[in-house]
Amino acid sequence: MSSRPIVTLDGVTKSFGSFKALHETSFSIGEGEFVTLLGPSGCGKTTTLRLIGGFELPTTGKIGIAGQDVTHNPPYRRPVNTVFQDYALFPHMTVAENVAYGLTVRGSTVARSDIPRQVGEVLEMVGLSHMGGKRPGALSGGQKQRVAMARALIRKPRVLLLDEPLSALDVKLREVMQVELKRLHRELGITFLMVTHDQTEALALSNRIVVMEAGRIRQIGTPNDLYDRPATPYVADFIGATNLIEARYEGREAGFEVITLPGGAKLRRKASGNGFHPGSEVLIGIRPEHLSPAVGDNLVQGRVVDTLFHGDSIRLEFLPDGATQPAFAQLARGSSLSADALMPGQPIRFAVAPEDVMLFPKVAA
Amino acid sequence: MKQLLWWQKGMVGFVFGVLAFLYLPIVVLIVFSFNDSKVTSFPLAGFTWHWYQAVFANAQMLTALKNSLIVAVCATGLTLTIGTLAALVLDRHDFPGKGLFRNAILLPLSLPGLVTGIAMLNFYKQIGIPQSLTAVVIGHATALLGVVVSQVMARLAKTDHRLLEASADLGAGPVETFFRVTLPSIRPAILGAGLLSFTLSFDEIPVTYFLTGRDITLPIYIYSTLRRGITPEINAIGSMIVLVSLLLIVLSVGLLRDRK
Amino acid sequence: MRRPSSSMLMTAGLFSLPLGWALLLLIVPYILMIAVGFWTRQFPLFVPDFQFGNYLQLFSDPQYTTVILRTLKIAAMVTGCALILGYPLAYFLVFTIRSDKLRNLVYMAVIVPLWVSYLLRAYTWKIILGTDGALNSALMSLGLIDAPLDAFLYNQTAMVITLTYIFVPFMVMPIYAVLENIPKGLIEASEDLGIGPLGTFRHVIAPLSLGGVVAGAMMTFCLSFGDFVAPVLVGGPDGTMVANLLQTQFGAALNWPLGSALATLVLIMVLAILAVTGWAERASARNLR
Repeated sequence: MSSRPIVTLDGVTKSFGSFKALHETSFSIGEGEFVTLLGPSGCGKTTTLRLIGGFELPTTGKIGIAGQDVTHNPPYRRPVNTVFQDYALFPHMTVAENVAYGLTVRGSTVARSDIPRQVGEVLEMVGLSHMGGKRPGALSGGQKQRVAMARALIRKPRVLLLDEPLSALDVKLREVMQVELKRLHRELGITFLMVTHDQTEALALSNRIVVMEAGRIRQIGTPNDLYDRPATPYVADFIGATNLIEARYEGREAGFEVITLPGGAKLRRKASGNGFHPGSEVLIGIRPEHLSPAVGDNLVQGRVVDTLFHGDSIRLEFLPDGATQPAFAQLARGSSLSADALMPGQPIRFAVAPEDVMLFPKVAA
Repeated sequence: MKQLLWWQKGMVGFVFGVLAFLYLPIVVLIVFSFNDSKVTSFPLAGFTWHWYQAVFANAQMLTALKNSLIVAVCATGLTLTIGTLAALVLDRHDFPGKGLFRNAILLPLSLPGLVTGIAMLNFYKQIGIPQSLTAVVIGHATALLGVVVSQVMARLAKTDHRLLEASADLGAGPVETFFRVTLPSIRPAILGAGLLSFTLSFDEIPVTYFLTGRDITLPIYIYSTLRRGITPEINAIGSMIVLVSLLLIVLSVGLLRDRK
Repeated sequence: MRRPSSSMLMTAGLFSLPLGWALLLLIVPYILMIAVGFWTRQFPLFVPDFQFGNYLQLFSDPQYTTVILRTLKIAAMVTGCALILGYPLAYFLVFTIRSDKLRNLVYMAVIVPLWVSYLLRAYTWKIILGTDGALNSALMSLGLIDAPLDAFLYNQTAMVITLTYIFVPFMVMPIYAVLENIPKGLIEASEDLGIGPLGTFRHVIAPLSLGGVVAGAMMTFCLSFGDFVAPVLVGGPDGTMVANLLQTQFGAALNWPLGSALATLVLIMVLAILAVTGWAERASARNLR
């Protein structure tokens, strides 16, 4: 982290009755960062966001925002604002009234006469200057999304919390809004903390990603870190996709680590200094896009199970020799393999570069 | 509309029949309120305003009407306040005996009014509330809680909980959130429940019958007059009540539609 | 963890008001009524006691059993008539009318009478039926009959007609609601599978609308069971219903314990009916899920 922290969680846990939604968690977010909490539903990411927003109070631990302990503060006494999933726009107010809401509440220091100007500005910033008089019911999904952003941003929060902000939009619109989010983050210079289950969204937008699973943080890192050096098989498979194959670690040999695949074939991996003893059971991970049908000497062999046409690419399912689980490879459309070679049951082999083989302990952390 | 089958045509006739069954009696009431005869039989005897004049000359009836209006207004105000609070409590909080409370509040809706009236009479006698219009107001307000609670709770259930969170997130405390977000979203339900409570209270007999003292309401006046026989004055005041009810309905439909 | 603040205490105070009100003015009175049902009358007073004499009297004295049975019979007849009128009406509204506007209008037309004074709606039948009432005189002036028919006023038929008239909207409302909730796709699926309208009705619509029928029937039954205006207006000498009996116990007969016992019986009956209805509605909602 390059800047001073603006949000800190210190030993925070949250239980709902006997269910532990969040195990002891500590991390901090730097001023101006775009951080994403990523994980499947039920992993505790939304709970974490709600704890920071003040909608839930932690069972134990402390939460600090902008140097203040806000652990027990209600949402209306925290310098953060939220863009809600499904937006939560007030249906009985116009767009302008929705946006102005945060300036008209008791305790707001903004002068009444200045409110229309500020509303106009923030609506313009999200590209909705002409929509102020409409009701939320008359807006499209993307427009509602923009109103929700404007409503939260007008409070000039130190941190903007975004709860699955793009999940209700269709694919095309989601891409447009991703660009928009990135632009707003750049222009405003404030901290964004987003929750999503969509790893492509997380990779595209964030400075740092917090991967969560079952109420715990599994790894924190930049998108590149997580993609290139996942800490666990879980992270490897969640960020992008990864074929996980059970194998045996043999030892070092001329700057490479040697692994025996279940079919007996040997695979070399660029040595990285691990603590495995020769002979121990391991999991290797190879991303589908790193399997190339070109002939080489570092090979994974198997038999074709099925192929799925994906438009720009072909997704090939194959069973590595001796493995129990199928693996996948992603082939460019114009790949050299003929249609006959892709018939189910055909033997097939892929080369993989030694630096693209990941190695994990067999028992998931 | 697409061509109807024979049995569907039959059903159109049937539906017209049912609607006639529902409305003809009301028409008969209105027609006879202008009929210049003491008996309500055909052929009609000619047009007269006489029965309406008689209503406005009947001090007893007018007092009863005034009492009814006072009772209905007070009971509606009281039941809306308590009922809305009750709906909020039941919607937001869990506490032991919650189911019992909700069912008790809703019970007078399906229980014959007489039973509720008897229960209240027993109780008021024991704690010394005298039979009076005050007792009637308290009784109505209590018996009508179910109307308000059921309508407001249905509306609260439809209200997105996140709106309250959004309001808090934007800096509004609980009280401000209640007045600026919760109340506007349940306003149509409160309005509807208020109109319904007013109508029901204005028209109520069984509870009133047991709880009222010397001062009587219009329904009780009409009821006791009818036991002695028909007077066309009742047709006249009845027609006026029907007219006002219909106006209230049109008004409420219009009001609720604008809110959407 | 949360520190109690003055606003929270205020909230607690505000919220205990409705609960206290309901407890004191609704729950306690019902309990007291049940208790009084076990008291003894020592004319002109009632003394606290615990004995089943009042219930024994209600179940053994033919004066009371006749009335209770008659009330059950009339309430059942009213429920049947309301169902016969109400179901086809609701069916027609939901499945035959294709324009939403027209459907809402007709539905409103069915519901609106509920807003018009209940007393007046009962009263109009006193004008219509009867020896020199509107119906007889109209028939006579049309020359269809020579002398007034006294088949209508002051008997049980008149009561059934009047009560059906008053309560039929309560039957239509829940049936309409369930019919409207039946996914139209189910009916199209049934027709697609080659089942005609009648079969579709029997196998699809009828089972799925049962919850609404039960709710409407129970509502109509309870309301007509407890009615005490219609018997007085159009009922005549053999038209005494439970409600009139209750009235007498608290009026002329001055026997509150017996009246309370009878009221408790009604209360128990209604609670049992509500339990059955609740169960049927849940079952029906499960079917539709």
